[in-house]
Amino acid sequence: MAKFERKGKGGLPQVSTASLPDIVFMLLFFFMVSTVMRENTLMVDQQLPGATEVKKMERKSLVSTISIGSPIPGLKAMYGSEPRIQLNDAFAKVVDIRDYITAEREKMDENERPLMTVSLKVDEKTKMGIIIDVKQELRKASALKINYSTRKVEAIE
Amino acid sequence: MPIRPTGEFSAASMADIAFLLLIFFLVATTMDIDTGLSRKLPPMPEPGAEQDNKQIKERNVFVVLINANDQLMVNGKQMDVYNLRDEAKEFIVNPANKENLPEKEPREIDYFGTVMAPKGIISLMNDRGTSYGIYIKVQNELIAAYNEVRDEVAMSEFSRHYEDLPKDKQDAVKKYYPQIISEAEPKNIGGK
Repeated sequence: MAKFERKGKGGLPQVSTASLPDIVFMLLFFFMVSTVMRENTLMVDQQLPGATEVKKMERKSLVSTISIGSPIPGLKAMYGSEPRIQLNDAFAKVVDIRDYITAEREKMDENERPLMTVSLKVDEKTKMGIIIDVKQELRKASALKINYSTRKVEAIE
Repeated sequence: MPIRPTGEFSAASMADIAFLLLIFFLVATTMDIDTGLSRKLPPMPEPGAEQDNKQIKERNVFVVLINANDQLMVNGKQMDVYNLRDEAKEFIVNPANKENLPEKEPREIDYFGTVMAPKGIISLMNDRGTSYGIYIKVQNELIAAYNEVRDEVAMSEFSRHYEDLPKDKQDAVKKYYPQIISEAEPKNIGGK
């Protein structure tokens, strides 16, 4: 019968960490390729509604975002809990949307301007009143391509 | 001081550096790709322009109302959002040529020739107090109804799914069943 013998004395041999950098680099590259830079911090609570017929939004550079929802808990004391509109990094009023759209349009290439899409990221529980106002304002700014941002779900709940 | 043999350096800190970078990317980036329902808003009417008061026959309009309590009324009767898709599909296609569903008109379409295509319009109206969640559900169901109808036509005509068709054939199907969801100018029905 074979005889098992402990080689060396005391404890297990050290695990080689030579391949650790390779593994971590692999993870790093994965994340670098598959993610996009976070643009601005959300100041509103958002639970996007679910939908089944969603389409992916291509060309991030053509998309401007308008977020609507009630302020996050940390900002409730200052701004209250009524739903608010967030453009870029600040809360805005409905009338500011037109300037925002103009500014976003200026940033784009001239030939890409007609393709501009406005993505509406709105919390599920928001009332339609504010959204109707926003939509009217977008019509006035002739930003007519809009996208209601939703989660992809298998069936509506 | 120990002298290292040339051509070798300690790789021990490499992992730490890579971890640092990794954590930076984890924090500074997001993974979610935007998905959503694309819609087109109607342009603002020109000031002073003539209002288009063309009367549309009642049978050609599918009226969906949502009130402030998130209840649905479809063509005068209350309905659950889960039944909306089938109802809308029946309205769009009008398979049995019913009297109360949209009339059909001959339309010349590539690949199909002259077909009797129905000319229904879906009209959606909601209150200022309607919640966004139900609004999206209704929009989703209506879009789903159109997508399913188009898919069925694509299957029977080209034996392929609508999404797999080349652009010109998709356009032909679109012309057969054009997606017309008209949203009425907002009104206040039933208070906040």
